[in-house]
Amino acid sequence: MDFNHTDDRRMLADTLGRFIAGQTDPMARAEAAKTAPGYDPAVWTRFAELGVIGALFGPDDGGFGGGGFDIMVVFEALGAGLVQAPFLSTLLAGRALAAAGGRADEIEALIAGTMVIAFAHQEGGAGYDLDHVATRAERNGNDWVLTGSKSVIADAEGATLLLVSARTSGEVGDRDGVSLFLVPVQASGLDVRGYPCVDGGRAAEVRLDGVTLPATALVGTEGDGTGSIADAVAAGLLALCAEALGAMAVVRDATLDYLRTRMQFGEAIGRNQALQHRMAALLIEIEQARSAVINAAAALDGPGNARERMLSAAKYTIGRTGTLVAEEAIQLHGGIGMTWELPMTHFAKRLMMIDHQLGDEDHHLARYAALSRAA
Amino acid sequence: MDLSFTPDEEAFRHEVRAFYAGSLPPSLADRIRLGHGLTKDEQEAWQATLARRGWLVPHWPVEWGGTGWSAVERYIFDLESSLANAPRPIAFGFNMLAPVLLKYGSEEQKRHWLPRMLDGSDWWCQGYSEPGAGSDLAALKTRAVRDGDDYVVNGQKTWTTLGQHANMIFALVRTNDTGRRQEGISFLLIDMTSPGVEVRPIITLDGDHEVNEIFFTDVRVPVGNLVGEQDRGWTYAKYLLTYERTSMAAVGSSTAALAWLKSLAAKQQRGGKPLLDDPLFAARVARAEIELANLSTTALRVVAAVAGGGAPGAESSMLKVKGTELRQEISALARRALGPFAQPFLPEALEDGFNGEPVGPPDAAAVTPQYLNLRKLSIFGGSNEIQKNIISKMILQL
Repeated sequence: MDFNHTDDRRMLADTLGRFIAGQTDPMARAEAAKTAPGYDPAVWTRFAELGVIGALFGPDDGGFGGGGFDIMVVFEALGAGLVQAPFLSTLLAGRALAAAGGRADEIEALIAGTMVIAFAHQEGGAGYDLDHVATRAERNGNDWVLTGSKSVIADAEGATLLLVSARTSGEVGDRDGVSLFLVPVQASGLDVRGYPCVDGGRAAEVRLDGVTLPATALVGTEGDGTGSIADAVAAGLLALCAEALGAMAVVRDATLDYLRTRMQFGEAIGRNQALQHRMAALLIEIEQARSAVINAAAALDGPGNARERMLSAAKYTIGRTGTLVAEEAIQLHGGIGMTWELPMTHFAKRLMMIDHQLGDEDHHLARYAALSRAA
Repeated sequence: MDLSFTPDEEAFRHEVRAFYAGSLPPSLADRIRLGHGLTKDEQEAWQATLARRGWLVPHWPVEWGGTGWSAVERYIFDLESSLANAPRPIAFGFNMLAPVLLKYGSEEQKRHWLPRMLDGSDWWCQGYSEPGAGSDLAALKTRAVRDGDDYVVNGQKTWTTLGQHANMIFALVRTNDTGRRQEGISFLLIDMTSPGVEVRPIITLDGDHEVNEIFFTDVRVPVGNLVGEQDRGWTYAKYLLTYERTSMAAVGSSTAALAWLKSLAAKQQRGGKPLLDDPLFAARVARAEIELANLSTTALRVVAAVAGGGAPGAESSMLKVKGTELRQEISALARRALGPFAQPFLPEALEDGFNGEPVGPPDAAAVTPQYLNLRKLSIFGGSNEIQKNIISKMILQL
């Protein structure tokens, strides 16, 4: 039993932390969101040069990490810096491509930072159900023709390709019959309508209106995409949870600092037991959340049901705790906690929005219960 | 990071499991699971079994009878003991007084009292709380006045757990009124068979007799029973309170209780389906199970920090708050699972040899009393509010 990261991972975390502190301004996130692509491409290139993207992929895929604790270390540092860059998109698309096989060139370009691929799976009617794919792909001679729509797809505007899930057989909600396609953003019939998000960054509504693709656009085996999507989402869940840990630590420290320095009635407001106990309770929840993420990171490379349970346990915990930390921090800050100019509030918004990515607290609690029954 | 136990630690875990499988009578395990106490004879017999195996006082130094286990091995032993629903040695002597004697007691005191704990000669209880001194322990008023070679003790202690079985009590008494309140307190070992000691039962809201009031009227205590220096008892008492709180996380007992809750809920029907399949109830159970998985890792993180040379400080307060809240939640879920059968109050059905007709599901009579009894968890050992004060002061530095 050892709760220390390896030396390599500690060095990665240190390097990344220093780079983030020097290069990126948490407040820049909101500003960058106003225009496409929603982040600074030059900074993205620097992340690639530092090897941070490579840390998210295993040696078989051209990276030098890819384990649960690699993902944890990287995304925790990103969360602490409120970094806006297409890390999650790259992780999701890259892991899906790796799971499907045969796309080494694209993964190499992702790791080099020369290409962004958006993970265009989520649909408007799906909620958080991964099997809900209504977009259809039909054969036309040697070509595929895709029709449908995808919703709130991060980084779609700045991407070279979209990794689109589409149904090649079966009905909406079936596990089988979903295939993955790489769609160039210039493809005729593809419409990408981008917008800023509450917590910074940009996403888009994607419409596919008879987008015609060559046979080579199919990724992996026809009808077999669900497993690759699940693999990508597993890594993505861990990444979001770790990102939240980083952001929670910043919000916690900012709130503690405020409790120690804000004077009212002639003393620091942190002298009030009502506020002390709220903060103590918050601290306990944050430590519990860290344990949940450690459990998930350890389970990521393990067997299926246990892995999925631990991931849902972590995302449930993070959804609940992240929102709690954000709401309590705003309350404990009082009026200043309502302002745009306070950096803490942007971290708080990120925490709240993480609950809306890849399944919220309720979704993952129900999923955990269902997986427990199946175990 | 590596969350797994080493092969040696796994082997040790199997050794502990095998011991309980072979030595723990199922009837005792059932009583522990259902939360009702053992008789004095049963408790003493079980402690003798542990002593024969050499596992009665794992945390003591080896020369006094300890096992020399690592922090991780001690954790595994605690966990497996709870999972097996094994009765635990009465903590007051083994876990609370003994560390104080080992650190602050005289050689003569160690040689006299420690072997008597091991061979079962003494049953210790704790004399800390008083009617006017609960969370504010330093407000205690029980007084000891030096008279020749004795102290003469007058006053009252309360909430004395299993004091009805004890022949010895370690007590905090006031020996000095000048200076800070904390500076006039002494740590005395008092023979409860002395003239002037009276034990009166307190019946708790579950109808059980677990705690007592103890009255001292001109009780003479030899000065040789003073631990450490006169007026320095607060230091010793504080040392005792910070000793080993990782067990307060109650991971093992919550794990065992959750497993039993799930088996209970699987048998209860709601709307023609097992209660465990009811989405709302399943969500409550899932929430508790996730909290427990998180808590287990939090506790291990503290154990690993201790094994690495750190001291369990205010982190143990975090484990205490979360662990007790969770254990209480599981007991509340068990009560809910019973539905209307949570209501009958049938203490006689909990007695050994009861052969009347049970009401409701098997063991139903134990569930609400246990839920009621476990409300104590967030009150004793420093209430959870006191723990939050500690966290606030020591970790948050507010």
